[in-house]
Amino acid sequence: MNPMVVTDATFEAEVLKSQTPVLVDFWAAWCGPCRMVAPVVDAVAEEYGARLKVAKLNVDENQLTAAKYGIMSIPTLLLFKDGAEAKRLVGYMPKAQMKAQLDGLL
Amino acid sequence: MTQRMEAQARELGAAFDIRAVEACVLAGATKRLTAGGEEFQARSVIIASGAKARRLGVPGEDEFIGRGVSYCATCDGAFFRGKRVAVVGGGDAAVDEGLFLTRFAEVVVVHRRSELRAAGVLRERAFKEPRMRFKWDSVVTAIQGEAQVNGLSLKNVRTGETETLSVDGVFVYIGHTPNTAFLQGEIRLDDGGYVVTDDELHTSVPGVLAAGDCRRKMLRQVATAVGDGAVAAISAEKYLAGLTDRDGGKKGVPR
Repeated sequence: MNPMVVTDATFEAEVLKSQTPVLVDFWAAWCGPCRMVAPVVDAVAEEYGARLKVAKLNVDENQLTAAKYGIMSIPTLLLFKDGAEAKRLVGYMPKAQMKAQLDGLL
Repeated sequence: MTQRMEAQARELGAAFDIRAVEACVLAGATKRLTAGGEEFQARSVIIASGAKARRLGVPGEDEFIGRGVSYCATCDGAFFRGKRVAVVGGGDAAVDEGLFLTRFAEVVVVHRRSELRAAGVLRERAFKEPRMRFKWDSVVTAIQGEAQVNGLSLKNVRTGETETLSVDGVFVYIGHTPNTAFLQGEIRLDDGGYVVTDDELHTSVPGVLAAGDCRRKMLRQVATAVGDGAVAAISAEKYLAGLTDRDGGKKGVPR
């Protein structure tokens, strides 16, 4: 499943009110490491299947949400469970490391 | 630009499989690399594992990564619009990235010496930039904050005096460490961990080449890295052609 795009307007409905945990990838076009981490996020999304929803939020176009969660470095991945932040991963990491961080939470 | 390079390589038949190498055996005709628990075999290997930003190693650094501590001004500068940030270091990268950050923020360069090591043209621009000032002879001893960074503990290396510098962020540019730990004992590395190569980018082991920032060299920039890539590719090709010549062209891909 391809990650869905979320915005300031859809964040509450798609992320905070989601029944399944959501991993949100905060990114921007000018950020090289964001482009490196994107395929890793895609691969992780595929492996977890229905257990995890994956979303991308462009921090350039959605500054309210980025500011609300104190994003000061990208890429940042936030895992939301029942509307609350359950995990924060900052910077590029390979798939095995990303999965190790998420496994216990899903 | 890198995306276009990748697309071109794919069109020419290159396959991409991004994994961290856990172990390798490079001596001998068949090179074996373990990555993601799977073994890969090759007759020639080009090492281009790069280098990563060196960390300060002070209290608060790990804790505040992504909450004010950054190693990438291009990525994170825009989050500090209208704020005050520190840049740690005095080399080209520190000054160049610091100047970039003045687009968004007021910048304080914290440097352990009393002059910049950066190139003359960068130094000139830095001294002319009204939004950039300098804390000389100073090292960071701790990064402070609550939810986010709010200051740095500094120590003057000459006088021993300590002070707190109020900042909303800190960008660290104190050099790099090569990503070569996995090569220890397999090929020759210098004291800094950089791969030692000859002019054609052969390492100490036949068939193993190195390119880019992981290699011992004078200038580590994109321009020299892509040059290395071209040289290493041709050297690998020559090496492979030499193998084929020696066995009369009978040798196939190792199983």
